[in-house]
Amino acid sequence: MADFQARIYVTLRPSVLDPAGVAVCSGLHQLGYEGVESVRIGKYIEVQLTAADQQDAQTQLDQMCDRLLANPVIENYCFEITELATA
Amino acid sequence: MSKFVILVFPGSNCDRDIAYVTRDILGQPTRLIWHQETDLGDVDVVIVPGGFSYGDYLRCGAIARFSPIMQAVLDHAAQGKWVLGVCNGFQILTEVGLLPGALTRNRDLHFICDRTPLKIENPQSPWTSTYAEAVITLPIAHGEGRYHADPDTLKSLEDHGQILFRYCDPDGVVDQNHNPNGSLGNIAGITNRQGNVLGMMPHPERAADAIVGSVDGLNLFQGLLS
Repeated sequence: MADFQARIYVTLRPSVLDPAGVAVCSGLHQLGYEGVESVRIGKYIEVQLTAADQQDAQTQLDQMCDRLLANPVIENYCFEITELATA
Repeated sequence: MSKFVILVFPGSNCDRDIAYVTRDILGQPTRLIWHQETDLGDVDVVIVPGGFSYGDYLRCGAIARFSPIMQAVLDHAAQGKWVLGVCNGFQILTEVGLLPGALTRNRDLHFICDRTPLKIENPQSPWTSTYAEAVITLPIAHGEGRYHADPDTLKSLEDHGQILFRYCDPDGVVDQNHNPNGSLGNIAGITNRQGNVLGMMPHPERAADAIVGSVDGLNLFQGLLS
């Protein structure tokens, strides 16, 4: 078994309106950043877990995202896994 | 007589309002069941109330759907028995997969607390058949009530008469000027394909006693008694 850290990014699907992103975009325009074309706001989640190996960690994380961390109707997700050095 | 069960999650806040309607106004046997239970007992109608279950952490309803009682609710629904989800209850029913689509952040970001006219889109449904009028007015109170679904799902909802309520103007005209949260197709409430599961953002239980100014929500519950 080994310890892993996952950095999970949950984002709204492109077809879903992100009113918070639109509001922040207009805020950036008001600050003078007129080059900002769009803002989309998502979630960043860190998970530490113990798994047999990298493949096992990936399988578990896929399931976690599909079942709870993301709602596939409105969200996409992706993640990066790092193996933590054992003490 | 219909036997009602109202689920109670940590953060539910409309559970007792609904019990007041079903028990005190309609005189029906009503039990409140804590979400950690696994058995609904003898019941005809399960109601998932509004509130902020589990603080709405992660997404509204996302954690409540894993409560132990929800398996019994899925079994109850699979038998064709009645399930009503109001507001946060609607969000939970979409998260658990009993209803299609999802509820997302209101278009204009605000939490909306208001009364809104609703067009009864499908008066044949048992939920709505006791309404003589085509437009009713119910309270809404939500920050994430903007209904979203993909185009195929929307078409299927429309083809099978699953859209029960749409936001509209006082005369029943459905347009974008009378769409408080930006919902797809002004959708305020839908059923599953079989029609026994209803989810709606408006609160019928908050308009069921004349002392609060409206009884437009009462027929929805009465429809289940006939």
